[in-house]
Amino acid sequence: MYDFEFERPESVTDAVTSLQSEGAMPLGGGQTLIPTLKQRLNSPSKLVSLTAISDLQGVRLDGLNTIRVGGATTHETVAKQAVQHYPALADLAGHIGDPAVRSRGTIGGSLANNDPSACYPAAVLASDATIVTSQREIAADEFFDGMFATVLEEGEIITTVKFPIPVAANYQKFLQPASRFALTGVFVAKFNSSVRVAVTGASEDGVYRWSEAESLLSADFSPVALDGAHVSPDSMISDLHGSPEYRASLVKTLTKRAVVAAS
Amino acid sequence: MPKDSGIGVSQKRREDVRFLTGAGNYTDDINVRGQTHVHFLRSEVAHGRIDGIDTSAAAAMAGVVRVFTGADFEGVGGLPCGWQVTDRDNNPMQEPPHPILAQAKVRHVGDPIAAVVAETYEQARDAAEAIKVDITELPAIVNMQSALAEGSDKVHDDLTSNLCFDWCLGETDDAKVQAAFDEAAHVTTLELVNQRLVANPMEPRVAVGDYNRASDEHTLYTTSQNPHVIRLLMCAFVLGLPEHKVRVVAPDVGGGFGTKIFHYAEEAFCTFAAKECNRPVKWTASRTESFLSDAQGRDHVTKIELALDSSNNFTAIRTNTLANLGAYLSTFSSSVPTWLHGTLMAGNYKTPVIQVNVKAVFTNTVPVDAYRGAGRPEATFQLERAIDTAARELGLDPITLRRQNFITEFPYATPVALEYDTGNYHGTMDRLEAVADIGGFAARRAASEASGKLRGLGINCYIEACGIAPSNIVGMLGARAGLYDAATVRVNATGSISVLVGAHSHGQGHETVFPQVVADMIGIDESQVEIVHGDSAKIPFGMGTYGSRSLAVCGSAMVRATEKIINKAKKIAAHLLEASEADIELKDGVFSVAGTDKSVAWGDVTLTAYVPHNFPLEDLEPGLEETSFYDPANFTFPAGAYACEVEVDPETGQVSIERFCAADDFGNIVNPMIVDGQVHGGIGQGIGQALLENCAYDQDGQLVSGSFMDYAMPRADDVPFYAVDHSSQTPCTHNPLGVKGCGEAGAIGSPPAVVNAVIDGLHSANHGVKHIDMPVTPARVWEAMQG
Repeated sequence: MYDFEFERPESVTDAVTSLQSEGAMPLGGGQTLIPTLKQRLNSPSKLVSLTAISDLQGVRLDGLNTIRVGGATTHETVAKQAVQHYPALADLAGHIGDPAVRSRGTIGGSLANNDPSACYPAAVLASDATIVTSQREIAADEFFDGMFATVLEEGEIITTVKFPIPVAANYQKFLQPASRFALTGVFVAKFNSSVRVAVTGASEDGVYRWSEAESLLSADFSPVALDGAHVSPDSMISDLHGSPEYRASLVKTLTKRAVVAAS
Repeated sequence: MPKDSGIGVSQKRREDVRFLTGAGNYTDDINVRGQTHVHFLRSEVAHGRIDGIDTSAAAAMAGVVRVFTGADFEGVGGLPCGWQVTDRDNNPMQEPPHPILAQAKVRHVGDPIAAVVAETYEQARDAAEAIKVDITELPAIVNMQSALAEGSDKVHDDLTSNLCFDWCLGETDDAKVQAAFDEAAHVTTLELVNQRLVANPMEPRVAVGDYNRASDEHTLYTTSQNPHVIRLLMCAFVLGLPEHKVRVVAPDVGGGFGTKIFHYAEEAFCTFAAKECNRPVKWTASRTESFLSDAQGRDHVTKIELALDSSNNFTAIRTNTLANLGAYLSTFSSSVPTWLHGTLMAGNYKTPVIQVNVKAVFTNTVPVDAYRGAGRPEATFQLERAIDTAARELGLDPITLRRQNFITEFPYATPVALEYDTGNYHGTMDRLEAVADIGGFAARRAASEASGKLRGLGINCYIEACGIAPSNIVGMLGARAGLYDAATVRVNATGSISVLVGAHSHGQGHETVFPQVVADMIGIDESQVEIVHGDSAKIPFGMGTYGSRSLAVCGSAMVRATEKIINKAKKIAAHLLEASEADIELKDGVFSVAGTDKSVAWGDVTLTAYVPHNFPLEDLEPGLEETSFYDPANFTFPAGAYACEVEVDPETGQVSIERFCAADDFGNIVNPMIVDGQVHGGIGQGIGQALLENCAYDQDGQLVSGSFMDYAMPRADDVPFYAVDHSSQTPCTHNPLGVKGCGEAGAIGSPPAVVNAVIDGLHSANHGVKHIDMPVTPARVWEAMQG
């Protein structure tokens, strides 16, 4: 990797200040950024680690129906601390990558990177979560902006993710056999009055909501409700591991399975 | 009382103590005083003409010692190919040069263009980015059919075409072969791909070149399966150095799987540059470089036809294979699709007419060479898939069809140039049927179906030619090396023994197994015996480890040398006991005079050999050290039968392996636990090929699966617990231990079992799928089920 400066501030304010210098980049758990640096595919002048900021750590209940996850909370911590409040989210976090990835990778890092095959974006979008940053609050529906893109601005830090807790939820991840990212993953969240379905790994535009399934499931939360639903392969990812048609098929199969598992 | 030491005992691997406690000494652990680091600038295009290289900015950068390009190697030889194949008209193969650094053209992504030697690795890498290379990109030749088409661009401009050779084995009279098919009651035809694989040993390749100006001696530390082979090739063909001035050391090696047999450009470079720079030069491959520069495996496209008569006897086999060689001829690349593949097409069956046709093709891809099994998996896959397909087409039980056609009388001369010395294919199939509980399959299938899954059972048999190889035979077939091996048994004065062996251990457990043999022959404790391997300055000129040969060939040399030791020790004992040599018996480390209570211990005899005060010096030299070179009389022929049971998720196409049973005949076995482990590992790699691994290039010759993000290696949860049985044994008839070799069997026998099982599972739900190419990914299964 190329040389860079390294800072590890202990407050959000200090981090925001540090990130104002030209070429500075925030560093979460580094599970994507560090390999990229090792391959010399990125050359930040400075890395600002967010992991020493205590305000960004941990999961806590906020009222009865919301949990707040600190932006620099590792997947392993979410898997442990969210399990009582939001088991589907904890289960998702507990199956990201491998133990090494889970002990370093953070929710904020994953969301800011918005890998089209990452797990967390599906949970955030299906849960109708709110991304709290150093500057503002952003609704999940507004946050993701296509493959590897979000509405975050330069130097803006994800401090907290607020998850409304659904009545029932489940995440079905079909593994890409090499990376074990989601070849396709579907998160179904059932709330009192509606159902939200978010799909990751399938679309060239990144995570998205499957609105047809949402309305069908809102009327009848059962797998048969989806029998007549159609998933178009248009604009789905085509790669070594699956065609658009295959991914479209997985979307429907996994959604049904998530409904069964959540019921 | 059962034995607790020696041959036949599952001793724990003594080498694992250092490996598991972080005390191993791998090549990257070796650092020489004054060492520099080299970084290779590699081609980013698959095919291009080099119009100019400007290294001036790089050479002026901090820490740079020297920048090398192809021009520095104009007077130096290229990497040689160790096997000259002759085509069907007896013409030698087309053999293009393989420069250390690219000359005029680059021919695959990863082809080294320049090398920067610097004080640190990062400095070398920084400077490499400052090298300006002017390349005109040329059309990439990736697909083999297109490469052979009239008017195709050429990988090597000086060759007549991209065809390296057009080879035929077996019945060369086409009319006779066609007649056999014309007379057949049934012909099964199958077109299949044996996909390209990346070996991916855990330890990447490393080379450290060191030059001693005072003695004019070179030392190369390298990740090799065969240090003497590297020394010979590098000295004689590449650098023109006298062998006595070159030492090649291969210390602990973290997995080879074939890809560390070959002599690579980086080894020659580090040796050459160390003298040029008068500084040690070290190179450690990144994983990306491993993907782009380690010789890859397999990559055959085959059409196989199997003819059967009205009684379901196999009457003829005809195959047409395109074999991808990549951009250059790697060390043993030409032997893999020919003599290591075509000769195995008889399999375990008495088919009277066999014709094997192979066209070997140059493409703008990484060179292809031996990978665990090397040619034999490709042969087995074709044959066993074709037999399974025939059984399905004819409505026959796949085990019955195989049994009916088994070779049962030995020795058996195949129509494809081999003579099987011994075997018992019904014996291994009997064991398989018992271990795999074939009778219980119907109930297991019903249980799977009750949970919405399809269940398939796949059977196959395999045979391999191991114990490579009789030198005179391989010499006639084009090998440019002998394939004997060597061992020196050095008895120390107080009775302990160092065995210096030509074989190299990089996962095989030689350090445990070889002492079991020697200790057993003499009757002393195994802890008194240790092997030395991997250093050309210490060991005799042996040929290393590949082709499941170490125990069968080097072990035989070790047995012969130990026999010489025992014979000499008996003479010394006879002298000490004042008895006739003919009356001396050796048992449990004690020499005694038959029928008396007179005896002398092993340690007293060895001490006498080195302190020869009371010694028959007029008849016998002092000391106790013997060397044997062993050249095998024939190949060995391990064989077996495998059964795989899979569940297929009909909605997603996901295949999971539920049971895997292997019945192998390895002849005699020295350490059953290690043999089981070798089979486990081999099956794991075979399952990797069958379900997961795919080295794929796009049409521009870019490696699509160039990292572990896309190249799927098998993980622990991808494989089941295995049931292995090695109780059906027909010992090899021509080596002293009666051993056959076990290192490659699992990788050879498992892929067709897995694919046969998947096809069987799909047919159980009336999906008439004839074949799915490996890797049988969920997407491919799903697509096949869509019809």
